[in-house]
Amino acid sequence: MTTEHVDGAPVVLSARRISKSFSGVQVLFSVDFELRQGEIHALMGENGAGKSTLVKILSGFEQPTSGEILLDGKSAKLPANGAAEALGIVIIHQEFNLAEHLTVTESLFLGREVTRFGVLDRKFMRAETRRVLDLLGSHVDENAMIGSLSIAEKQMVEIAKAISRDARVVFMDEPTAVLSREETNFLFRLVRKLRDKGTSFVFVSHKLDEVMELTDRVTVLRDGQWIKTSPTSVLDGEAIAQLMVGRELSSLYAAKTEPDIDEEVVLRVASVSTGYVRDASFEVRRGEILGFSGMIGSGRTELMEAVVGLRSRLAGEVLVRGQPVAAGDVHAANKAGLAYMTKDRKAKGLLLNSGMMANLTLQSLGRHSRLGYLDPASEEAALAKARRRFDIRVRDEKIVAGRMSGGNQQKLLLAKVMETDPSIIIIDEPTRGIDVGTKQQIYHFISALARDGRSIIVVSSEMPEVIGLCSRVAVMREGQIAGVLEGDEISEQEIMRYAAGLKKKTAA
Amino acid sequence: MSVNQEGSQEAIRRRSWRDIDLRAVAPFVALALLLLVGALVNPNFISINNLANVATRSAFIAIIAVGATFVISSGDLDLSVGAMVAFIASLMILFMNSGVIADPVLMLLAAILFAIVAGTLCGLTNGLITTVGRIEPFIATLGTMGIYRGLTTWLSQGGAITLKEPELQEMYRPAYFGTIAGVPVPIVVILAVTAVAAFILYRTRYGRHVVAVGSNRDVARYSGISVNRVRTVAFVIQGLCVAVAVLLYVPRLGSTSATTGILWELQAITAVVVGGTALKGGAGRVWGTICGAFILELVGNIMLLSNFISEYLIGAIQGAIIIIAMLVQRSLVRKS
Ligand SMILES: Nc1ncnc2c1ncn2[C@@H]1O[C@H](COP(=O)(O)OP(=O)(O)OP(=O)(O)O)[C@@H](O)[C@H]1O
Ligand SMILES: [Mg+2]
Repeated sequence: MTTEHVDGAPVVLSARRISKSFSGVQVLFSVDFELRQGEIHALMGENGAGKSTLVKILSGFEQPTSGEILLDGKSAKLPANGAAEALGIVIIHQEFNLAEHLTVTESLFLGREVTRFGVLDRKFMRAETRRVLDLLGSHVDENAMIGSLSIAEKQMVEIAKAISRDARVVFMDEPTAVLSREETNFLFRLVRKLRDKGTSFVFVSHKLDEVMELTDRVTVLRDGQWIKTSPTSVLDGEAIAQLMVGRELSSLYAAKTEPDIDEEVVLRVASVSTGYVRDASFEVRRGEILGFSGMIGSGRTELMEAVVGLRSRLAGEVLVRGQPVAAGDVHAANKAGLAYMTKDRKAKGLLLNSGMMANLTLQSLGRHSRLGYLDPASEEAALAKARRRFDIRVRDEKIVAGRMSGGNQQKLLLAKVMETDPSIIIIDEPTRGIDVGTKQQIYHFISALARDGRSIIVVSSEMPEVIGLCSRVAVMREGQIAGVLEGDEISEQEIMRYAAGLKKKTAA
Repeated sequence: MSVNQEGSQEAIRRRSWRDIDLRAVAPFVALALLLLVGALVNPNFISINNLANVATRSAFIAIIAVGATFVISSGDLDLSVGAMVAFIASLMILFMNSGVIADPVLMLLAAILFAIVAGTLCGLTNGLITTVGRIEPFIATLGTMGIYRGLTTWLSQGGAITLKEPELQEMYRPAYFGTIAGVPVPIVVILAVTAVAAFILYRTRYGRHVVAVGSNRDVARYSGISVNRVRTVAFVIQGLCVAVAVLLYVPRLGSTSATTGILWELQAITAVVVGGTALKGGAGRVWGTICGAFILELVGNIMLLSNFISEYLIGAIQGAIIIIAMLVQRSLVRKS
């Protein structure tokens, strides 16, 4: 290991030759890992490399098949199912672990409720919850039901829950995947403060810039094997990316192709209003990639769901190739060639208890059935093709979707939507939780679709993604389209100006 | 597709025996155990004759439970099936007694059609109340259970409704008491209904939609499935199955009363749960369901043949079985 020149703080938690198999399929191969007191340690690797699995093992949520865990230098067997919290080890899961019917305060204090004279001290718990949320700069109401929160808000609650526990070691499995830049900044500020007080963090993320900015050391895994541990300062983003994928990465984005000015307008959205979104109008031409940027909560998803009929519209029209599409009718929208890929893959995208095939073909069963009878061979073929096309990597063919690694779930969801063979595809957060190598594949894939004459709307909170992919970018603010940028106007600063309400122009 | 796939071939071979889904196998293991217990209790038990008898008697619950498998897989529940049996059977007998059609053959055919239409409508009512009316299925079907039962009591004026025409009765009898190639008709009907149901649930688009709707309504909706239609159709299938059960029930006694089909909803739901279908929806096991119905009837039969337990306790035993089945199911889920 090349760790000698990092300061000699004591090691809090370490893993020695950890291996892990799930029903006979090995996913971790003799991995070493070391976490020092007061450091922020990045854990990097491609989708399915085994990061979440390692994190779960080090926090007691999974037991290793072989190998040893040392806590303060002594061999330890971590108690299962979150009981390791008593040892000061907490985890922010990649998959949310919150019960939908509890309030924010209740879930923060779940299992360690504060009582006074044997009665729950609700007032104290509420105040404490507020304090932690404020530290995180979160405006979530401490009395809100978890079920009513957006994904970003749930993530914030999950973070608050972990941070409020006075932990020695905090594992954060892709905590920022659903957060805005602003929320991320608050989180990082807090993490640094706690680090300086001696708390240790393990930070799993696919966002290289965040890793460079926040962490002290980096460990890279590839295909379940330890590759390298080194101080962050001696690496750059490109070097990490190369270590992760094991090859050199060419340019992340394909060359932009702008559609011809007199190319047919395939989608016209005219003055659509829902509860929050007001008077949104835009057009997409054949072969165009249109970006939708804006702050989280600016109404992008709501607008797109109204366009594809998942949400009813109060006013306005949606025309596909000049033909109006009935409001609130997903089926009709799909028939017209419109498809929407949700950003909430766990709650709205995939059947977590079903296998890959049932998920892949769910939206397009008509293509595999004759007189209502499903042809298994045709479905098999579709799955084999989708796995090749989207590079879906699983070691166990029969795995249920809920057990696939986050990034591979995302690829399966994209594959599922593409199975309907849409001509207009709305992709909400295309690369959430996806590693750099795969990101590149997906970007090139989207560009190829556009060259193929399809139209794509990319809704994304990742600015570089929108800038790198799209020939036009619509920016939303508080339920309205604040402006549509073209050509040289598309830059981070300019998008921010519209998103923050400093600039505004009427729809193009 | 790189290093990841290496070694997976071998891994798959190694774990194929573990792949067997415990929940799918459990009901059949339980059945085998019961047969063993029965054989020890009474040597007559294991005779073909006795077992065929048991299977025949399980027909009503088995067929109703096949329909319940659809409703439960799609995440709903139908408590009205027992009352629906009484209601449809009463209507069917009253129709045959009315003598609107003189020719007995035509009359019988018309009565069969009548029962099927009535079943469809009863199921549709349940489905529309739960989906369009957006009322919890538990409450909605509790309500229709009261309605169907009350209407039956009213139709029979608190007494019995009996098939009057002896000619019709004679002609209809074989539907329950007859055999086809030596196999009692009810058993043939169970197998036919189950085979059709299994085909629909596992091999058609609708079947996949049922499972999707039962596992996660949001995912189903985002996949362009009309959730309410899928749920409503499941209730209609349940109604149809009830009608088929009625077609076997009427020739058996030729009579119904206000107490016909009491607690059958408990037995049908028990059969489904014993068969391994998850009560929270998302996984249906049709063959497990009829295995469950058979188990219920076998338990009763063993109680009759043995002298340990009073047969008046049968309802209590059946109640206990559903609770045990739920416990077993949950522990199997945890393990896998
Ligand atoms: N409970 C499980 N049962 C079977 N296989 C599992 C289970 N959990 C994880 N795996 C498999 O282990 C491998 C590693 O998964 P893991 O979730 O650790 O990846 P990851 O590095 O976190 O990826 P991502 O960046 O996509 O989140 C994957 O092939 C995954 O399918
Ligand atoms: Mg992960």
